[in-house]
Amino acid sequence: MPDGTFLDATELVLNMGPQHPSTHGVLRVILKLDGEKVIGTECVIGYLHRGIEKIAENRTYAQFAPYVDRMDYVAAVSNGLGYCLAVEKLLGVEVPPRAQAVRVILTELNRIASHLIWLGTHALDVGAITPLFYCMREREEILNIFEKYCGARLTTHAFRIGGLQYETYDTFEEDVRAFCDMFLPRVDEYEELLTGNRIWIGRLRNVGILNAEDCKAYGVTGPLLRAAGVKWDLRKAQPYSGYEQYDFEIPTGTNGDSYDRYLVRIQEMRQSVRIIRQALDGLPGGPIMGKVPKVIKPPVGEVYVSIEAPKGELGYYIVSDGSTQPYRVRVRPPSFVNLQALDKMCRGALVADVVVVIGTIDIVLGEVDR
Amino acid sequence: MDFYLITAVKAAALMGFLLLTLLYLQWIERKVIAHVQVRIGPSRVGPHGLLQPVADSLKLLLKEDLIPPHVNRFLYLAAPFLAVTLALLSYAVIPFGPEIEIFGVRTRLQLADLDIAVLFVLAVSSMTVYAVVLAGWSSNSKYPLLGALRSAAQMISYELPLALAVAAPLLLANTLNLREIVERQDGFYLGLLPRWNVFQLPAPQILGLVVFVIAMFAETNRVPFDLPEAENELVAGFHTEYSAMKFAAFFMAEYANMITISAMATLLFLGGWLPPWPAWLGSNWVPMILFAGAGALALYHGLNAERARDRRTLPIVAAGFFGASLVFALPALHALLIPPFWFLAKVGLLLWIFMWVRGTLPRFRYDQLMRFAWGTLFPLGVVNLLATGLLVALFGEA
Repeated sequence: MPDGTFLDATELVLNMGPQHPSTHGVLRVILKLDGEKVIGTECVIGYLHRGIEKIAENRTYAQFAPYVDRMDYVAAVSNGLGYCLAVEKLLGVEVPPRAQAVRVILTELNRIASHLIWLGTHALDVGAITPLFYCMREREEILNIFEKYCGARLTTHAFRIGGLQYETYDTFEEDVRAFCDMFLPRVDEYEELLTGNRIWIGRLRNVGILNAEDCKAYGVTGPLLRAAGVKWDLRKAQPYSGYEQYDFEIPTGTNGDSYDRYLVRIQEMRQSVRIIRQALDGLPGGPIMGKVPKVIKPPVGEVYVSIEAPKGELGYYIVSDGSTQPYRVRVRPPSFVNLQALDKMCRGALVADVVVVIGTIDIVLGEVDR
Repeated sequence: MDFYLITAVKAAALMGFLLLTLLYLQWIERKVIAHVQVRIGPSRVGPHGLLQPVADSLKLLLKEDLIPPHVNRFLYLAAPFLAVTLALLSYAVIPFGPEIEIFGVRTRLQLADLDIAVLFVLAVSSMTVYAVVLAGWSSNSKYPLLGALRSAAQMISYELPLALAVAAPLLLANTLNLREIVERQDGFYLGLLPRWNVFQLPAPQILGLVVFVIAMFAETNRVPFDLPEAENELVAGFHTEYSAMKFAAFFMAEYANMITISAMATLLFLGGWLPPWPAWLGSNWVPMILFAGAGALALYHGLNAERARDRRTLPIVAAGFFGASLVFALPALHALLIPPFWFLAKVGLLLWIFMWVRGTLPRFRYDQLMRFAWGTLFPLGVVNLLATGLLVALFGEA
């Protein structure tokens, strides 16, 4: 803690976390308060640090793939996709169209699952306990599809370098379609509970405002950036895994406050369903694995590949020294970068707003700390 | 002698009934919230989780009684004691029904027929803020302190609209005696619409009831006004440092306050133990039909059970309901049972609204809460009071 002003009697230093019901895991925020007003925050992170980037240097490329699932554990499929794309680019491997389409379906399902977790916990933080259970109910269906597909529910390791290990199971398409049909009315249900609710609007409107300039200055991406009115989505800006074939919109906000972020994420869930339906309609046949050598030994070089993860730009920077193990893997986790803006968003707000802001950034500490 | 004996019996009966209600209100709330949230709620301890409250109380009783080293011991221990005492005190003046005759003794279904009962309840309920403030302050810890500060401000602010809302029906009734207030609401307009204070001419208290109901949520620290214990911000608010039975005391006090304030709403606005429509339209048979219907429903689900255990438990529940239905079918017992039934039914409905709202709404922020109290609720209360006064002065009887 800096200087002696913290001992000033009119100010209260409140330690929020790492064991606090709404810091979403083990985030610790030190708040400097004047009454209930926040005059400064400081984030303490690293309680969940496992040295994932360092582990990568002692594993082969394929061996490291399951580790990335443990970063953003509510969006493990996205993590896996980003890593696989990066290694594939390093190797120069073409992924067959069927594998690409299945990847898109699973990733979008995972985006919905991640947004559902966000919506449920965010609403819980604001005091509405019920949406959490509704969100969990729908997320369960997604996890069931994952489980049927690859045996795991959370840390799925669904993709392999070069494509997919498993062909889709027999009723995969019906299951996903049934989910899409069921899910859209459910989104309306959440909106019925929250969108027009005066208390909900009162709690989120003009709370944690982050305008487009601030977003760019902090490197904030994802729904936070879009809520500030910037139409930036890597799925459109630099399409990967065949996203260019799908027709979908980038929802944006105007104010850049928590309510806009809420609306943006709700819309994103709807758009994800749209993408999934298109991918199902045009699901090609053919192989699911590209031509990947038995021993993955990329040529010397480096690569940066980023994807639009549910929480923002997830980037992998991989340096290869020509051996079977990466020389260096650096991850650009969206939660970590977005969390930087916490202080900016909290200053001058009330204690209750801090909880809203932490919720609206949508952090996963596994990804912040790695 | 008789007086003391009767009072002692009534006090014991009231206390037993109240504590059992407190115990099971919590179970009911958990079940209601669970069904709102597509869960089934407590279901493991006893049939349908019916023994859950017992298990919870036992657990809380047997927990280590921890007193943190940094607290102000005396006040720290006094706070939960104060909370429960004050919460239970109000029941002394709340009437459950009119004068009845039981085993040849005429008595009122009320512990003490106080002439200033309304003031008494208001006074006691404003004292409860002390328990919260003392708990927060004596804990000598930051989260409880913030919680206590919030709740002191909140409870004092909402006391005003609450008192304003209470004052208006008093103008109609012209008395502070709760029993007389209810008796003044007897009768029906056009033989159909009850003369409850919500409907009573010349100044129907619909706005007053709305203000009262909103303020009562704030007064009892319930969602959407549960800021003092907003767990997502303040861990557990003013009772963060309390554990075991001391925590249970605050919990009990909250539920006891909910019942008190619902009872007050019932007595002041909803006609207390008076039926919602006249007896010649069959209001005396409502409890019988209600219980019989509940029994039939339980029996149906027992016979078409989804779980094996329901096949045994639900018919027993059904038998209980049919038994209650039979008791209410005896015209001889009507005078004794029907008024308390209506009173408890109305209180139960209000309590259910508490639970329903908890399952639906998010929480206000501190400043919004204050703005709402002073900017919206308070003026509404004043307008209601002035309008009532004017209407009573112009069109009132005498």
